[in-house]
Amino acid sequence: MNAPIDRAAALAGIGQPRLRKEDARFVQGKGRYVDDIKLPGMVHMDIVRSPLAHARIKRIDKSAALAVPGVIAVLTAEDLKPLKLHWMPTLAGDVQAVLADGKVHFQMQEVAVVIAEDRYSAADGVEAVAVEYEELPVLVDALKALEPDAPVLREDLAGKTEGAHGRRLHPNHIFTWEAGDQAAADAAFEAAPVRVEEALFYPRVHPCPLETCGCVAAFDPVRGELTTYMTSQAPHVVRTVVSMLSGLPESKVRIVSPDIGGGFGNKVGVYPGYVCAIVASIVLGRPVKWIEDRIENLSSTAFARDYHMKGELAATADGRITGLRVHVVADHGAFDAMASPSKYPAGLFHVCSGAYDIPAAYARVDGVYTNKAPGGVAYRCSFRVTEAVYLIERLIDVLAQKLNIDKAEIRMRNFIRKEQFPYRSAFGLEYDSGDYAAALRKVLDAVVYPALRAEQAAKRADPASPSLMGIGLTTFTEVVGAGPTTSCDILGVGMFDSCEIRVHPTGSAIARMGTISQGQGHQTTYAQIVATELGIPSEEVQVEEGDTSTAPYGLGTYGSRSTPVGGAAVAMAARKIHAKAKKIAAHLLEVSEADLEWELDRFKVRGDPGRSKTMKDIAWAAYHEPPPGLEPGLEAVHYYDPPNFTFPFGAYLCVVDITKATGEVQVRRFYALDDCGTRINPMIIEGQIHGGLTEGFAVAMGQKLDFDAQGNILGNTLLDYFLPTAVETPRWETDYTVTPSPHHPLGAKGVAESPHVGSIPCFSSAVADAFAHLGVTHLEMPHTAYRVWQTCRELKLAA
Amino acid sequence: MIPPAFDYHAPTSVGEAIGLLARLGGDARVLAGGHSLLPMMKLRFAQPGHLVDLNRISALRGIREEGGVIRIGAMTTEHELIAFRLLQEKLPLLPEAARQIGDPQVRNRGTLGGDLAHGDPANDHPAIAIALDATFVLEGPKGPRTVKAEDFFLGLYLTALAEDEILTEIRAAPFAPGTGWAYDKLKRKTGDWATAAAAVVLRLEAGKVAYARIALTNVAATALRAVDAEQALLGRPLDEAAIRDAMARARAICDPAEDLRGDAAYKTAMAGEMLRRALGHAAERCR
Ligand SMILES: Cc1cc2nc3c(=O)[nH]c(=O)nc-3n(C[C@H](O)[C@H](O)[C@H](O)COP(=O)(O)OP(=O)(O)OC[C@H]3O[C@@H](n4cnc5c(N)ncnc54)[C@H](O)[C@@H]3O)c2cc1C
Repeated sequence: MNAPIDRAAALAGIGQPRLRKEDARFVQGKGRYVDDIKLPGMVHMDIVRSPLAHARIKRIDKSAALAVPGVIAVLTAEDLKPLKLHWMPTLAGDVQAVLADGKVHFQMQEVAVVIAEDRYSAADGVEAVAVEYEELPVLVDALKALEPDAPVLREDLAGKTEGAHGRRLHPNHIFTWEAGDQAAADAAFEAAPVRVEEALFYPRVHPCPLETCGCVAAFDPVRGELTTYMTSQAPHVVRTVVSMLSGLPESKVRIVSPDIGGGFGNKVGVYPGYVCAIVASIVLGRPVKWIEDRIENLSSTAFARDYHMKGELAATADGRITGLRVHVVADHGAFDAMASPSKYPAGLFHVCSGAYDIPAAYARVDGVYTNKAPGGVAYRCSFRVTEAVYLIERLIDVLAQKLNIDKAEIRMRNFIRKEQFPYRSAFGLEYDSGDYAAALRKVLDAVVYPALRAEQAAKRADPASPSLMGIGLTTFTEVVGAGPTTSCDILGVGMFDSCEIRVHPTGSAIARMGTISQGQGHQTTYAQIVATELGIPSEEVQVEEGDTSTAPYGLGTYGSRSTPVGGAAVAMAARKIHAKAKKIAAHLLEVSEADLEWELDRFKVRGDPGRSKTMKDIAWAAYHEPPPGLEPGLEAVHYYDPPNFTFPFGAYLCVVDITKATGEVQVRRFYALDDCGTRINPMIIEGQIHGGLTEGFAVAMGQKLDFDAQGNILGNTLLDYFLPTAVETPRWETDYTVTPSPHHPLGAKGVAESPHVGSIPCFSSAVADAFAHLGVTHLEMPHTAYRVWQTCRELKLAA
Repeated sequence: MIPPAFDYHAPTSVGEAIGLLARLGGDARVLAGGHSLLPMMKLRFAQPGHLVDLNRISALRGIREEGGVIRIGAMTTEHELIAFRLLQEKLPLLPEAARQIGDPQVRNRGTLGGDLAHGDPANDHPAIAIALDATFVLEGPKGPRTVKAEDFFLGLYLTALAEDEILTEIRAAPFAPGTGWAYDKLKRKTGDWATAAAAVVLRLEAGKVAYARIALTNVAATALRAVDAEQALLGRPLDEAAIRDAMARARAICDPAEDLRGDAAYKTAMAGEMLRRALGHAAERCR
């Protein structure tokens, strides 16, 4: 018998930096993405899009397009009407035009689709479709949406004063959402000796996954079955939606998410392109492929953020926060297609009291329509958590500045203390666990914070210095792992997740999940959980996701829910198998279960170390000689309904150097400490943190989808939209503490989104800090050289 | 992102290519590296009926020194400009600029001739060619003719090339000993065109500027030679006052178009800043 230490290494279970199993195929170009799928008889779809942001459609002439060789069909809203598919429900309780029905509401909106024998003819067909428009006044500025004379966008909602989330106050108003206690917050402000407020705009950005969205819809007219390969982060939910929309029984709909080249929230929703491809396939009886190009992806499929926030803090003279008030105008675009648990129109924005013990708080979010693409997804974050963290982290900096208290010190004074957990926030969230002060202290020590401040003071004292130095800090908590089915559902389906494990006779196993990896490394980490729970080497555990015909129903992967919910389901399913295995072991060893103890991969008879049965032995016996009265086989399925969210947290510090003459911002140092509870695979965690920090850097420094006054989208190609490469990405220093979640079976909290959520305000904090001695409290993102130079010029630092 | 249909021709000699252009007329476009032309075709901004691919014409490739002049075939790629020892020794400004163009994919296919012939003021080679005082050889049905770089760029996407002409060669004199050079380019990210950039060729004698040639990228409808800025430096030590003078004169000729990189004020200011950097770097190399 090998020593336990060798056996543990052989298992490569929880805590091991196991190499990612999926990389071999990706780095060799052997992945299988949707666009790699080619089916016999497949035809191609391309989309006619609106050049205008707001216009009435006077006429659509298909004739020239139909005359293009290779073009098979051109579909418009008129063609979808008999099927009642010209509009579709959104995840947020609104409806969205599948193809523009008499009117376009944003530039690049889907107006018609062309189906052709090949991709080239489809594109020629698109150019040949003649659409006559009559321009309408355009609403671009969300802050003007509710003005009395604002152009009215949604004529289809005329007279509807009740929306999915209560009263609508204006034809362009979608919802009002409130949290906290307004009276208590107002009282705190009245009593407070110190108040600060800041207007913060979190610009519209886009998750921009490397692989754009697309699908291959294949309806088999003989069997009456629809298989759709799709870049979906939530294939099971899509199956339910497709069944509801198409009238096909759910058993005849199969959605397959093959390898996905990044999602980041962009691939949660159901897009018009999917619906049109499915309709076309059903009508033609042929497989239909639709793949977006980059411009289409950036312009029409789901964006993120676009929150106009006004935040206020009330505090004592020594910087203790006594109250928080927030008002947000949320720009949801032309249709409310935000992806979020249905009961949360502003997602989990109420985590905006952050890591701080704030006794009174009130937040209100008003969602409005504008002539922009729909969306509002969680871009590498839990629902609206990035916005919330940005708000509180910027505000606490502003308060520190006003009171002339150091940024680190004011955080220390306000942290929820370790012994206060579980902690109920003024917004009613129950934070599971945390030790914020220890995390911050560790970061400050690691970077020798006082030395950085001294260096900065010296630089500020020298007016001849060509550069400025800024130090940014964030100490954030997330709320992830949606979520408890009592409060979290999508279109009525509770946000549990699932795992089915089958242990084969020879002792290897397959685990199938309701989640779906888009780069997170599920194949690797889930197998490690099985390894630790069941004593089966992770190398021998196959993990499969994404095919609704084989995987158990789950809500998918976004909002850092895979480990908190799916990972818990793996552990719980494994524990069911473990319990049965124990019965079998007791039978084989002819002892009672109470006499057995588990060691890594085997049950041993207590006090008789020579006698044991490995999981391999037990698996064989389960199929070969099950104990009397026990059914054969060794498998289990578990649907895990989390009792609460999990609350990963971190402390980040950033040092920037800014060239006054050009506005260039150089990130000199970025130190990220994350606490995601139990760490399943430290290497994957580090990779996720590097990726999240890099995307955070992208958002803070350059990603913004802008619009001109006519509603033309600007910067919707990778020429302008900032995707950092290895050249401009800073070097990341990572660190960690471990504060397990008390309610998660493994103590794990989820990690991949923390670095995105936490880093963005940290960059802003650093850039604003560089100018703080000149009275600057806040600067809007993105911190491009051009924008920073404008600040330098206003402050007479640049010519 | 799918171009309309076109016919494709692959001549193997310059004569054959010119013959095709003459025959096909305005509906034909020459294809070099394709890294400017193909994106425009995919966006359907350009819809030529015929592409005449120069990639099989070996006479258009290569770099050699002949009669004291460096001659570079128009189809030489950016990657080759960087890798070629002769240029590193005798015209190091060219590889320095090529290194700052696009990304490895672009540099592996994009050509010097295509970068110039495209007539895009955002491209880097026009300013470099002006700073090098290069001469271009254009060949058409009536035979070859030469045009100075300074006279080649006529406007936005507009050059001295006639419809049936091909740019075949770029000629420049090797740097005299003691010449300093620099190309400083401000860009938002790797792979981007310049927000503004400045090319400088400089010689100092007894601590004073004896020769200066300055050209600017992407701050007007064409690359600009900053003659006034050059004049401001001649005969003076390269001190702060001289540099400021040159910067101001360079800024004075800028007339950039606003885009997401910045407004006219920013780009103009950055042209000045890049000139300051380039002068500094060039001066360091003057030995
Ligand atoms: C992502 C990206 C980033 C880029 N960044 C930069 C950059 O930073 N700086 C920069 O300078 N460029 C940049 N470019 C452009 C790139 O350098 C192109 O390669 C170059 O502009 C055109 O050269 P080409 O050989 O690809 O020509 P093509 O695209 O094939 O042709 C361009 C035009 O020139 C004409 N043409 C080509 N060769 C000749 C010839 N010998 N005679 C007559 N006409 C000819 C063609 O007909 C066409 O009109 C970038 C391109 C991309 C895609």
